[in-house]
Amino acid sequence: MEFFAQLLVNGISIGFLYGMAAMGFVMIFKSSSVLNFAHGELMAFGAFIFLTLVSWIKLPIILSFIIALIGCFILGFVIERLFLRPLIGEPLIYVIMLTVGLAAIFKGLMLFIWGGNLYVYPDFLPESLSISMGNIHIPPVYAAAIVIGLVFLTLFGLFFKYSSQGIYMRSVADNQQAALSLGVNVRKIFALSWAIAALVAGMSGIVLGIINGINVHDLSSVGLKVFPVVILGGLDSIGGAIIGGLIIGLLETFTGGYISPSLRDVVPYIVLVFILLIKPYGLFGLVEIERV
Amino acid sequence: MRKLKLRPCGNFKERYEQELTIFETDFGRICLISGIIIFFCSAFLVADSYLLYVINMIGIASIAVIGLNILVGFTGQISLGHGAFFGVGAYAAAILAADAGFPFWIAVPAAGFITALIGIVVGAPSGRLKGLYLTIATLAGQFIIEYLLVHWESLTRGTMGIILPLPSIFGLELGTDLRFFFVIYICLIIMTLMATNIVRTRYGRAFIAIRDNDRAAEGMGIPIFQYKLLSFGISSFYAGVAGALWAFYMTSITAEPFTLWMSVEYLAMVIIGGLGSIPGAIFGATFIISLNETLRLVTDLLMNMEALKGVELTLAPLRELSFGLAIVLFILFEPRGLAEVWRIIRSSFRLWPFSY
Repeated sequence: MEFFAQLLVNGISIGFLYGMAAMGFVMIFKSSSVLNFAHGELMAFGAFIFLTLVSWIKLPIILSFIIALIGCFILGFVIERLFLRPLIGEPLIYVIMLTVGLAAIFKGLMLFIWGGNLYVYPDFLPESLSISMGNIHIPPVYAAAIVIGLVFLTLFGLFFKYSSQGIYMRSVADNQQAALSLGVNVRKIFALSWAIAALVAGMSGIVLGIINGINVHDLSSVGLKVFPVVILGGLDSIGGAIIGGLIIGLLETFTGGYISPSLRDVVPYIVLVFILLIKPYGLFGLVEIERV
Repeated sequence: MRKLKLRPCGNFKERYEQELTIFETDFGRICLISGIIIFFCSAFLVADSYLLYVINMIGIASIAVIGLNILVGFTGQISLGHGAFFGVGAYAAAILAADAGFPFWIAVPAAGFITALIGIVVGAPSGRLKGLYLTIATLAGQFIIEYLLVHWESLTRGTMGIILPLPSIFGLELGTDLRFFFVIYICLIIMTLMATNIVRTRYGRAFIAIRDNDRAAEGMGIPIFQYKLLSFGISSFYAGVAGALWAFYMTSITAEPFTLWMSVEYLAMVIIGGLGSIPGAIFGATFIISLNETLRLVTDLLMNMEALKGVELTLAPLRELSFGLAIVLFILFEPRGLAEVWRIIRSSFRLWPFSY
């Protein structure tokens, strides 16, 4: 029972992180229908900027967190402007391969600058954040991850619901042409949604880094694990991303705990195949699959 | 004997057969045949060198990329599982040769057919899915096959790998790079010829119709699902043959190289060579493998220089960086790939001095 509860807690925390990572992915897909294979590298980028600021330049935590997020925001903007905009309207394969190419470039650059070693952040979380309930122990990093995740989720929820930019973004996602004819600057919205998605990616990269330590290869493989999550939740549903993340996270930890640790990494993809065959648009996605 | 046509003087096609010919003029045919003969002879000059090994690798990759091009470039179905299919071919050949004692010339095509079956299974979701959903399904296929190759130990011997017996054809042992060179390139010529002819038949035209507009294709009476599966099968057959040749050439295999990265590299070769072009597949394979080998050469040189002894230079970041840059630059500036560059060069020669 204790083992079960600990697995449950671990699964929820990991799932929450997957959900946050998937959130940025969904945002890009929703507004510009681009399948972003460079998502893991964007996450790693945020984590590494934060690392540089915190442990090499030694800025205060909050300040470096904000600077890292701004850096990711700018990076997302630049990516959209330089690489994705010329490809609007091109066939799918070019867009996919472009993001794959970007992923390789970022990975190469990060390996050049920071190397392939595992880095850990200095321990800055107070022990008082840790939660103990009976025999279950939640370490401070997980608690912090959940807190940061909830804060950002609320902020984005409010942003999409009430701010004018958020409403524009939703309108573009809903119907590009209608939004264009009502005077929404669709190009600006594309750039903005890439920037915000990169920011979310960077944030989840930082949180993941706090928990597992940062390593380019690990973070980019998390970027691939986003696919089962978003397909399960629905490619264009932000809430679905979180729930999909939780389900995949729980599934992974329980398989790892009860069946076999080596199966852990494949289980999401096996599930992915079944979802694609049974309910391809996911739990909360918009039904748009056509059977041709 | 009919008169050789060396230079076309205008477009006077009267029948569809004339439109479908591989060589418009005999000049092209003569050039290609003499080119192949010169290429085969020049292999003797570089026998037993590292260069020949690289050339062999290019030949093997070209076979796999031609297959992927039939699927991606002609049928329009994006597959991220080609590296896994290559691995299935390699393992099938290894198991057939090492455990079942099949001779080389049966094991290679048999591996191709086994891989084609697996490819059809992985491609089966294409009945319901298309576009990026299908891409994600093949991504899942890649990971599942990769897992099976490592963990299905009774069949694949897990991380131990399999050692293949020395292959031989009609009593001639294929021990050297040079002998393998001939086997690989004769296979490549046969496979290229097959692919060119598949594309010219009704099957190829059906593939192109599905790529261009699947609904219209279905309206015209093409059974889309069967043709998609056929395309997956043909494409994985090519991957399987390439994998089998690779396994025999390497003499021992483990599951390590058949990762998503390999699939991505093959897709990059297709894009850089030119989507929907069979010579393009060979150009793309040549480009990426030469790029990798050049980088290896450069890093080796830099490592040996005294002045740079203190600087730590590793291959991996440089390789990923230049690979990514190559893809991105080609997509942004020459999306139709090296095949298009080649066409432009050729036509500017042909139209000289009035080329522009």
